[in-house]
Amino acid sequence: MAARRAPPANCPAAQSLNLELMQEFLFYFFAILTLVFGLLVVASPSRRNPAASVFFLVLTLVCLAGLFVLLHAFFLAAVQIIVYAGAVMVLFLFVIMFLNVQQESHRPRTGTRMALSVLIAGAIVALLSRALGAASASPAFPQPAVEGGTGPLGTVLFTEYVLPFEVISVLILVAIIGVVCLGKKELK
Amino acid sequence: MIGLVHYLVVSALLFGLGVLGVLLQRNLLVTYMSLELMLNAANLALVAFSRFNRGLDGQVMVFFVITVAAAEVAVGLALIVALFRRKQTVGVDDLTDMKL
Repeated sequence: MAARRAPPANCPAAQSLNLELMQEFLFYFFAILTLVFGLLVVASPSRRNPAASVFFLVLTLVCLAGLFVLLHAFFLAAVQIIVYAGAVMVLFLFVIMFLNVQQESHRPRTGTRMALSVLIAGAIVALLSRALGAASASPAFPQPAVEGGTGPLGTVLFTEYVLPFEVISVLILVAIIGVVCLGKKELK
Repeated sequence: MIGLVHYLVVSALLFGLGVLGVLLQRNLLVTYMSLELMLNAANLALVAFSRFNRGLDGQVMVFFVITVAAAEVAVGLALIVALFRRKQTVGVDDLTDMKL
């Protein structure tokens, strides 16, 4: 108890080491979970039901929010969970329930198609990792981090980026009108 | 020690999974979810770059990406619903009207 209550000034080196280990552990935890759940979205264990994919996508997004927190982007982590994992995924789920598709094309997945897909995806990842390899050795993150809380982000958003912000609102209006038109019974 | 490259590797792998899903899946809805996966991979890279450059510009960009993605999902799902009304299917193999 006394050790936990000790002020940071007592042993700053040990404390920062502890923090670093914790961050490392959390990074690997969230990164591996993100990739595993991402794989499950693509290769869902239940072929028939796309709702399983939605479930795994929600978990992927939540793990990504964890990574955002590790990167000090607190506001975005909250937005990720509220807007993405909440609203957008509910939209997906709603459409899946609405359409209620059960039948899937019975044609078996051909080997060539599978191999080609894996090849193309692998090529893209290889290209990206080649670009990463060409970069200089990973420098450490600069320590007094810029906190991505609501305040600082809002300040930037409403000063420097106020025009894109307004344009985005017009875009959303256009999207709403488009969806209402598309959703009409008779599509002309 | 976790650095920028660690996050970028996760981002690249997640993007690869998204590409794989788009190419492999036959259900239009799951293809769409893979697309979301790719968008999120890009978001992760942007946030990592933002952290490393000690600025908030990357995070503002991610904010916009999330907004546009929400609008895009709404329009895309409306299109899928309209398509389903007409064709009674969401399998990409059955939607070959424009094929030569």
